[in-house]
Amino acid sequence: MNWARYLLPLLLLALWQVLSSLKAIPVHLLPSPFAILLGFRDLMLTGMPPGYRLPYHALYSLYRVAWGFLAAALLGIPLGLLMGWSDRLRDLTTPIIELIRPIPPLAWIPIAILWFGIGMKSAAFIIFLGAFFPILLNTISGVLSINPLFFEVAQTLNAKKRDVFFKVLIPGSLPSIFVGMRIGVGIGWMTLVAAEFTGVKTGYGLGYMIMTARDIQRPDEILAGMLVIGLIGILINTALKACESRIIRWNA
Amino acid sequence: MTLDVSGLTKHFSQEKDGSPLSVLDSIHFRVQEGQFVSIVGPSGCGKTTLLRIIAGLENPSAGQVLLDGREISPDRGQIGLVFQDYALFPWRTTLQNIEIGLEMMKVPKKRRRSAAMDYVRSFGLTGFEHAYPKALSGGMKQRVAIARTLITNPKVVLMDEPFGSLDSQTRNELQQFLLNLWEEHRKTILFVTHNVDEAVFLSDHIVVLSKRPARILKTAPVTCARPRDRTSSECNAVRREVLNTLKHARLA
Ligand SMILES: Nc1ncnc2c1ncn2[C@@H]1O[C@H](COP(=O)(O)OP(=O)(O)OP(=O)(O)O)[C@@H](O)[C@H]1O
Ligand SMILES: [Mg+2]
Repeated sequence: MNWARYLLPLLLLALWQVLSSLKAIPVHLLPSPFAILLGFRDLMLTGMPPGYRLPYHALYSLYRVAWGFLAAALLGIPLGLLMGWSDRLRDLTTPIIELIRPIPPLAWIPIAILWFGIGMKSAAFIIFLGAFFPILLNTISGVLSINPLFFEVAQTLNAKKRDVFFKVLIPGSLPSIFVGMRIGVGIGWMTLVAAEFTGVKTGYGLGYMIMTARDIQRPDEILAGMLVIGLIGILINTALKACESRIIRWNA
Repeated sequence: MTLDVSGLTKHFSQEKDGSPLSVLDSIHFRVQEGQFVSIVGPSGCGKTTLLRIIAGLENPSAGQVLLDGREISPDRGQIGLVFQDYALFPWRTTLQNIEIGLEMMKVPKKRRRSAAMDYVRSFGLTGFEHAYPKALSGGMKQRVAIARTLITNPKVVLMDEPFGSLDSQTRNELQQFLLNLWEEHRKTILFVTHNVDEAVFLSDHIVVLSKRPARILKTAPVTCARPRDRTSSECNAVRREVLNTLKHARLA
């Protein structure tokens, strides 16, 4: 049964609502589901701070992620293809990458602010860092996982280097590239909110919105904002998956 | 046109201790234009290695392969190879797999499409031209693999146990199919198998190899008239001869 999987969450929600109404849960710490819904309405209509409404916060956040992610993909995919293709290049660059990779993106915030100032550029840079490494590493491992037989088939069919690159290397690593992009955008999205919590304070952004709600003690709006962040995350993932299944039809 | 394999010897250095593994030992034979020659030998004796050297995928330790007395230039598409496990590109449809060789030769799209369609029709693949390899049966995959090799019109077609993984009925069908194809076009075919029945049914000559390192034990002409009856006494005589040679080598 398809509806059965929604049964448990709905029951829990109902239980939560009932417990809140009975004052068994302190509502100043955890508002009831209904209160969160009202908080959502306030975010949509009034905004937090007043006048700064939710859709714009979300759009600004998405905008930052889009830039960071795009830069990460445009740099990470070609570089990953080349690094998978050439052992020399891989040997040469791996130490540098292994050195930088373990630094959490958020640890870059102070230096990012120093370099780019507070705002859009800093945020995009932090997202870029979060998304870049998963994309790069998955692209490399995608290339390395291509069955070597395919390169030999291409060779017996007289493929030039260029043919091998475009007709074997790219399609062969594409599934893995998509995995990298999904992980990358996911990490980028998580990073963004944290970046907005701390450094990147402009008038708009979901992280900034939530922090403002905390400053004036609105747990309902904090939770509504968290929910929105989660939902948008799911949406991004779904959109990428839809893209993927359109492009990679051979795996279906 | 003649293909001369002369004094071909191959050692691999073993991975664990670098000691040499002798795989081919002065292999020497000639294939004339339009002939169907089979190579039989015990499993693991070096049949695939022999074909890979002829196809230019591997260098011999000694000896050479000559086409019309000249060394084979790797970039001229003179030798086609049908791989042991089809090795179809999973990201390409039937039609796209068949035409890839023409893409590398820069044949215009319309021309290569129509050439590939001709193969689809005559190879009984109609209705599956836009299917990905995943959706094809083993027999169909093998036909696509053969078409992919033939479409570039190589002077010699090498086939590495092409029917080895098929059930016996599909196997018989494809043997007949290949035979019809060969009788129509008189391609020069060098066919590796460890199935003696198959070799006797198909070929003009059978080259019998020893176990590793492979030496030529015998080159047996198959004299029975075509079309062949698998159960005729002449076919049986050749089969007995080849099987006896293999058996003696095993006991020796
Ligand atoms: N690149 C390589 N490096 C080291 N050893 C190899 C290499 N390629 C093949 N060999 C070894 O050479 C021997 C012959 O292998 P080959 O695949 O040519 O045999 P085959 O007759 O085709 O076997 P099969 O009947 O299983 O297809 C095997 O022992 C194999 O392990
Ligand atoms: Mg083999």
